[in-house]
Amino acid sequence: MDHTKSIAPLAEEIAANTDFEVRSLDTVCINESHLTHKWYSNFKYMLVGILFGIAFVKTEIISWFRIQEMFRLQSFHMYGVIGTAVLVGMVSVQLIKRFNIKTIYGEPVLFHKKKFNKGQIIGGLMFGLGWALTGACPGPLFAQIGAGFLVVTVTLLSAIAGTWVYGYYRDKLPH
Amino acid sequence: MTGYLHNPWPWYIGGAIIGLTVPALLLLGNKHFGISSNLRHICAACLPAKIPFFQYEWKKETWNLFFAGGIMVGAFIASHYLGNHEPIKISPQLVGELQTYGVKDYSQLMPNDLFNMQTLLSIKGFFLFVVGGFLVGFGTRYAGGCTSGHAITGLSNLQWPSLIATISFMVGGFIMANLILPFILKL
Repeated sequence: MDHTKSIAPLAEEIAANTDFEVRSLDTVCINESHLTHKWYSNFKYMLVGILFGIAFVKTEIISWFRIQEMFRLQSFHMYGVIGTAVLVGMVSVQLIKRFNIKTIYGEPVLFHKKKFNKGQIIGGLMFGLGWALTGACPGPLFAQIGAGFLVVTVTLLSAIAGTWVYGYYRDKLPH
Repeated sequence: MTGYLHNPWPWYIGGAIIGLTVPALLLLGNKHFGISSNLRHICAACLPAKIPFFQYEWKKETWNLFFAGGIMVGAFIASHYLGNHEPIKISPQLVGELQTYGVKDYSQLMPNDLFNMQTLLSIKGFFLFVVGGFLVGFGTRYAGGCTSGHAITGLSNLQWPSLIATISFMVGGFIMANLILPFILKL
């Protein structure tokens, strides 16, 4: 692909990054930027988070009721939200790739492939079970607490504990 | 005009805003939208305990913690200043089913009959909050992402492992909601 050629030097640099297999096994959500910024530059991400949080509440997707409806096929609402989000995301990513759109700092936008491992099925099923119990994926956990449902703090702490236990037993789990 | 802001938003508005988060984070600094990683960053920052999985430069990922903080602030703003104080309108079928479990309060986004201190300290609450939360934290990390990282970011970038993960999320949810949760709610 043309796109990968144009970013070859950076891609090589990333390939050489042996940062504890962060990239090979857990490729989601790892910082791609090689620039360093002052800490307060992070506030722009907070602003995106605020808009996102407002949309979460106003579209009611943080609602336990809405999640129950979704998993009982009683409403189109959640499917509409997720479907629209994927469609808009997909078109945006294709536009960024096609026109080689750069970040506001002039860096090329980097994408990486995800590798299949068994965790996507086993872990995915576990997460699904938890999602229907709590009525929340990780994003809505933060939103539910912000919206004033303070008992959800227990769910969040338990989720952090779950992540920690996964990290502890990771080598022994099938991947 | 304020009516539009205060009433619940239709699915396509919320979906579009969530979808636009993907290019927004990419263009603001090559950041990949994915929220469950924050749980890992919190572990790495607070209790790494020499576990290799938590040995990385979590400070480079501070942006994501700011993003999660923003979600909390946004949710606070929306629920305190942009609400219409009307009960949530959900499927009558679900209302009928939940009634048999004693869930009757639809005044807020979450069922007050379940999300309270009394339930938290019961067996039912142990499953809903503690077991549920644990499965979310363990499962998302094992799967390498959650709804945002796999279903939205991964599918946006046409990654088939993300499709497998997303299908697994849904299968797990269907099993819990239809086959297991009814027994837990009866506790």
